[in-house]
Amino acid sequence: MGHYQPSRVVTNDELAQLVDTNDEWIRDRVGIATRRIAGDETVADMATAAAGKALASSGLTAADIDLVVVATCTSVDRSPNVACRVAAKLGIAAPAAYDINTACSGFAYALGTADHAIRAGAARNAIVIGAEKLSDFTDWTDRSTCIIFGDGAGAAVVTAAAEGEPAGVGPVVWGSVPEKSDAVRIEGWRPYIAQEGQAVFRWATTALAPLALRACEQAGVDPSELAAFVPHQANARIIDGIAKRLNIPDAIIAKDIVESGNTSAASIPLALSKLVERREVPSGAPVLLFGFGGGLTYAGQVVRCP
Amino acid sequence: MTRDEITSGLAEILEEVAGVNPDDVAEGKSFTDDLDVDSLSMVEVVVAAEEKFGVKIPDNEVQNLKTVGDAVSYIEAQS
Repeated sequence: MGHYQPSRVVTNDELAQLVDTNDEWIRDRVGIATRRIAGDETVADMATAAAGKALASSGLTAADIDLVVVATCTSVDRSPNVACRVAAKLGIAAPAAYDINTACSGFAYALGTADHAIRAGAARNAIVIGAEKLSDFTDWTDRSTCIIFGDGAGAAVVTAAAEGEPAGVGPVVWGSVPEKSDAVRIEGWRPYIAQEGQAVFRWATTALAPLALRACEQAGVDPSELAAFVPHQANARIIDGIAKRLNIPDAIIAKDIVESGNTSAASIPLALSKLVERREVPSGAPVLLFGFGGGLTYAGQVVRCP
Repeated sequence: MTRDEITSGLAEILEEVAGVNPDDVAEGKSFTDDLDVDSLSMVEVVVAAEEKFGVKIPDNEVQNLKTVGDAVSYIEAQS
């Protein structure tokens, strides 16, 4: 794993100078204390930085990588895609390279596609990245959204298991709710993010726990065995709401949202990379990832902690 | 169910979800202004009320439920 965040920390007090809000309100409603906001860095720059660190920590080299998948919904350039830019910058010579956009559930989707490619024999060593620069799409005059989002990237190296070695990535449970397409939007030309907060909160806190439990079931892992739960870092109260329904009192619940805000597809790999870096979860222990967001889409799987 | 029964059922939910003192819950009270229930807690109240009273309260209806009395009337009409 590896992650990258821009150096600029933006506090709630700074946002209170832009819009009518305050630190207490933001902490209470969404559970965010600070977020990182990019300067000149592009989505590809942040993705490359995170991927470079993941590659270094994996012990593999650029020559070993044959697949690069980037989950993002905030890349401005239409072509080349972010995956090709990352590959070029890291000196990965000829990988299969593609971006996917399922908004905030992107990393779990990307991990699912990489897992499938490796299982099918179409790839051996993949880099899976979630990278977002949401600040490019944030309306800094809208107090209901500008307090939520942050920028950053996280990445994981995923390799084929050796003969007889247990799978590190469990079966993905994924899907969408197309009838709720309007609940989270980045629509049109030069758009801003907009969402129906109550509808998203309701869906997230009621519909997702059963799907997350299905991911455990498909991986053959009892929820009580989970060492950690790393959901998309949308809102601390959504995270608490899902965790309560999963009934996993002993698992670490990732709360990187407090310091990083909501970074969409980057939030799961960012949070997981930090847990790994701090050695909070033993290597090999089961961790439940679950992404959800615009679409509405969702995807999750149990992985063995790197 | 009588309106009083629905009100006391809502009071139980409000206490559990948002820490509202049940004695403060009455039909004339506004969820946000009088009982300090924020927009996300209101969603939790609605979800719990659906379960408790066996009714459906769609997303677009939630914003019309300004007071406890509004919610009691809606639940009474649905059940």
